[in-house]
Amino acid sequence: MDANVSMLAKPAVTSWRPGLAPLGWATAAALLALLPTLVDSPAHLNLLILMLMAAQLGVAWNILGGYAGQVSFGHAAFFGIGAYASTLLGLQFGVNAWLGAALGALAAAGLSVAIGWPCFRLKGHYFAMATIAVAEIAQVLFTNWDCAGAAVGLTIPMQQQGLRVLVFASKAPYYYLALGLLLLSLAAAWAIERSRLGYYFRAIKDEPDAARSLGVSLTRYKLVALAISSALAALGGSLYAQKELYIDPGSVLHTGLSIKMALVAILGGVGTLFGPVLGAVALTGIEEGTRAAFGGSGRGTDLIVYGAIIVAIAVFQPNGVVGWWRGWRARRAARSGSPS
Amino acid sequence: MSSLLRVENLSKRFGGLVANDDISFEMDRGQIVGLIGPNGAGKTTLFNSIAGFYAPTSGAIWLGAQRISGLAPEQCARAGVGRTFQVARTFGSLSAVENVMVGALLRDRSVARARAHALALLDFVGLAAMAGRAAGTLTISEQRRLAVARALALKPQLLLMDEVMAGLNPSEVHEAVAVVLKIRAQGIACLIVEHVLEGIMPIADRIVVLDYGRKIADGPPADVARDPAVIAAYLGDEHAA
Repeated sequence: MDANVSMLAKPAVTSWRPGLAPLGWATAAALLALLPTLVDSPAHLNLLILMLMAAQLGVAWNILGGYAGQVSFGHAAFFGIGAYASTLLGLQFGVNAWLGAALGALAAAGLSVAIGWPCFRLKGHYFAMATIAVAEIAQVLFTNWDCAGAAVGLTIPMQQQGLRVLVFASKAPYYYLALGLLLLSLAAAWAIERSRLGYYFRAIKDEPDAARSLGVSLTRYKLVALAISSALAALGGSLYAQKELYIDPGSVLHTGLSIKMALVAILGGVGTLFGPVLGAVALTGIEEGTRAAFGGSGRGTDLIVYGAIIVAIAVFQPNGVVGWWRGWRARRAARSGSPS
Repeated sequence: MSSLLRVENLSKRFGGLVANDDISFEMDRGQIVGLIGPNGAGKTTLFNSIAGFYAPTSGAIWLGAQRISGLAPEQCARAGVGRTFQVARTFGSLSAVENVMVGALLRDRSVARARAHALALLDFVGLAAMAGRAAGTLTISEQRRLAVARALALKPQLLLMDEVMAGLNPSEVHEAVAVVLKIRAQGIACLIVEHVLEGIMPIADRIVVLDYGRKIADGPPADVARDPAVIAAYLGDEHAA
């Protein structure tokens, strides 16, 4: 099967668009579906799950930060709300994990609108700074809120297992959940890209005054972008809680998480559909690689890597991996003289 | 019968600076009115008040029966005021046709129909061949016409054009003039701020002249060109007859 794929990939370089694209997608889908059976080591499967989860969060962030151009460094707040909502609803009221996650997403969307209303009066850097403040406040609140486990955190019991509670002994089900959530998020981004919302978001990012002159209400559509983005981030938070079965403010509400969501999208390519997926694969790989290389003594190495990546992107390739890839293809097409 | 745009005793102050001082004028449907005056006369301020970007300090602006002064820009767009800016403000991450679609989507939520409408408008301003191009790669002249197509996509009753001809070469001015005449032929009123007088004088039904924030003349182009106050404003007092 692998040989087949590589044979087909050769002519694809010149004209892969018309006939071979569906085949490529089908192969990718089959590969993604079979991956857990091909990977033996739980550690490697875990790495794949982390990549899928990071990609999903990047896609969520990208809807607000990439398409609508409103950079948030506080998305951990929405991730945390999702994690806490599904966990608390399950622990306190026996609400099943699916419903808990959905309610968490709704809560995050509602709260984001309440926060976004005043924050969107600020523009650019000032908005980004306000989002940091919001996330810090959320972290302080949950650290001191006894019903939510305060600084000790919450543990999801393993007595009950299965699809209803989304607790599993093995990693494979989480792989499929993470994959499903990523596909859902990508589908949402894809639909937005092609709809009125997508055009409005990009118009607001490019030229807010011109967008207003064309009847686009900045506040309304920024809030729509924020609500969708935070709801998806909250779903990611619920999945994280189910996978780890333990959450505390340090793991689901810390600032590094917000930065990582942004970085995944920025590294891959802001405002592109698959940019965050590429960014997540690269960033998670680097992060886990440094962790394996430096071990416990290397705590914080990933932050050094984040810093280096931010500098490198700003200096060399502001459009991320996707931007670099498009530029490379454009140059290649120009050289060969036939853009096909 | 009743006028389309009515500006009543409009004043706009920025702190101690009076940018517009008690300005009144009217415009009929399908008219081309040129708004001229030396730099700093308050033309763009007046524009921004009509388009909703500034709330006037006093006075009122009416579009037909609707009072639009004090409305937000997006509400003015909805009411039927389209505008362009001094710099084109092109949406750089969109293609040319998608730029126009942003305007068209206000009146029709269907993306497919908005695209069809946008393509027709690109053809109208002579940019049909550029539809798929990244909008940021168009020339300045093309981006100005793109901005006009974008504003027309709102199906406005009144189109405000801020220096659409500035910096264009003579043949480009000619193209721009042709587009303005075609717009008027559709019954859309055009209020045009312009420094390129040879572009605006031959096509305007009326010229309104501002100087130091006040209206100093209002009438047919030929009369305004002979008006001593206008000549004084442009050339200095010693040239006035």
